Amino acid sequence: MSKIVDSIYNIRQLDDLARKDTAIHRIHPVPKLLVTIVYLIVVTSFGRYEISGLFPLVIYPMVLVLLAEIPAAVIFKRLLMVEPLIIGIGILNPLFDPRGWITFASIMIKCGLTVTACLVLVSTTGLDKIAQALRKLKVPGIFVLQFVLTFRYISLLIEELARMVRAYSLRAPQQKGVRLKDSGSFVGQLLLRTYDRAQRVYDSMKLRGFAGDYRSYAKTRVTWDDIIFLLSWISFFIIARLFDIPGLLGSVFK
Amino acid sequence: MHMADALISPVVGAAMTAASACVTAYSVKKVQHDLDDKKVPLMGVMGAFVFASQMINFSIPGTGSSGHLGGGMLLAILLGPHAGFLTMASILLIQALFFGDGGLLAYGCNVFNLGFYTCFVSYPLIFKRMTQKGFTTGRIVGASIVSSVIGLQMGAFSVVLQTLLSGKTELPFGSFVLLMQPIHLAIGIVEGLVTAAVVTFVWKVRPEILDNTVTGKTSGKTSIKTIVTVFLIAALVIGGFVSWFASSNPDGLEWSMERTAGTAELEAPDSVLHNVLAAIQDKTAFLPDYSFKTEADAEATGYTGTSVSGIVGGGLTLALAGLIGLIIYAVKKRKPRTDEE
Repeated sequence: MSKIVDSIYNIRQLDDLARKDTAIHRIHPVPKLLVTIVYLIVVTSFGRYEISGLFPLVIYPMVLVLLAEIPAAVIFKRLLMVEPLIIGIGILNPLFDPRGWITFASIMIKCGLTVTACLVLVSTTGLDKIAQALRKLKVPGIFVLQFVLTFRYISLLIEELARMVRAYSLRAPQQKGVRLKDSGSFVGQLLLRTYDRAQRVYDSMKLRGFAGDYRSYAKTRVTWDDIIFLLSWISFFIIARLFDIPGLLGSVFK
Repeated sequence: MHMADALISPVVGAAMTAASACVTAYSVKKVQHDLDDKKVPLMGVMGAFVFASQMINFSIPGTGSSGHLGGGMLLAILLGPHAGFLTMASILLIQALFFGDGGLLAYGCNVFNLGFYTCFVSYPLIFKRMTQKGFTTGRIVGASIVSSVIGLQMGAFSVVLQTLLSGKTELPFGSFVLLMQPIHLAIGIVEGLVTAAVVTFVWKVRPEILDNTVTGKTSGKTSIKTIVTVFLIAALVIGGFVSWFASSNPDGLEWSMERTAGTAELEAPDSVLHNVLAAIQDKTAFLPDYSFKTEADAEATGYTGTSVSGIVGGGLTLALAGLIGLIIYAVKKRKPRTDEE
């Protein structure tokens, strides 16, 4: 049980990383979100037999990870958590296609690049600023509020869970975990307790003037730096898509 | 169950995002009227709860694979279909951003697969009908299991369709379906049991939560007509997008260079690398007649002789990328010292 608690609690780790102050962190969230989306489209637009064409695109997540001083281990750990699904679907390719290993490798590389790009976005921007960017992009307020509250209440739920597990294990020594017989009402209680607490939290938020919109005092104006960031990365992605950079480099040595 | 970015093509991603955006907009409109101070925290808590339960993997006996709960039915039952759908959408956004579980481009696919079928098909057509004579433990359990299983089956089938339309996997349709559906049948039964357990508990301890949902304006009047309309719009959006690209680009719907640049020549570089590998595999292939389309393209464009430079180029690109990384790393390492001075 504590393992699950740990892994879910890790969710805060990325949000904490977003509090750093580097050149990348200072970029406005909207351009950052747009660059990420263009990157994902470019990466996934490569055909299934492409491998070398994807290589230049490694540069984007790598440069951002380094400039934003994100520990590589954080990204790597999460990548390992996601890969099994991709392996599960991709591993059968070699059975059905003589060139299946190429498509398999292509899928694996794409998975690595796309997942890293998303993680980089969130660990350099943070939840509040992403919510702010979503509002700027005219996403309905209710949805953004829901997104923010769900994230915040995850910690609440985990805290409540930890408290209940501790109370349970104190009353049931010599026993491992929660008995199956009790688990139904255990989970139900967890839900209701968290709900009560969440309601108290929400009530006090309202009393302090929360009106449904999530406000933040972060930078709100787009500066020239942001525009340069946006344009230069997008043009790099387009060049990497249209021209075969590895091929051109290789032909120099032909 | 979460689709990853690596498995979809931009066209499929965009089509599904458009479809999910339509359903989201519809849900936002519906939910706006009855959003009170009780419902907002409940939605947040249910979101956190389902999020956590999606993280817990259980193994499916006898298959060697594992599954996790979807939670769509639970949300629909306790929050109503519209709020449930919105909550599912926010959970999946957090999953995609913070855990890379289901990508940002595949976000629309996931919202549709996990949220739409449960909240807008399974819930009104199965769960509501089976419990319309009032709640009893038996009815809740039965309705939860049946609706969860069917909701998940539709979602799993959707995953198969999206993956195949994206053309990223070689799995034939039949085997893929045979792989996905039974596994999700098992997951669906577990999901149904968990949903039933939670709903029964909430119903016994806090019946008002369930009653509010059932009698509430948002969930009480989901008629078949609305469902059919939503379905039709979604189908039109998806169909429009996919067929638009499918007609001009039959090869797995890939957003190929031929569309954006107008020539096939640019497609060739990748074939350079796999030409070599393909040549090796050609000798061991089971299907000698297998037509290598890209290989033919490569020959036509005169790229066959450049395979060596292709590999060298690939290596060089990676080396260059590594060099850029090293430089940044070195500069970064130095910087703090100058800052302190």
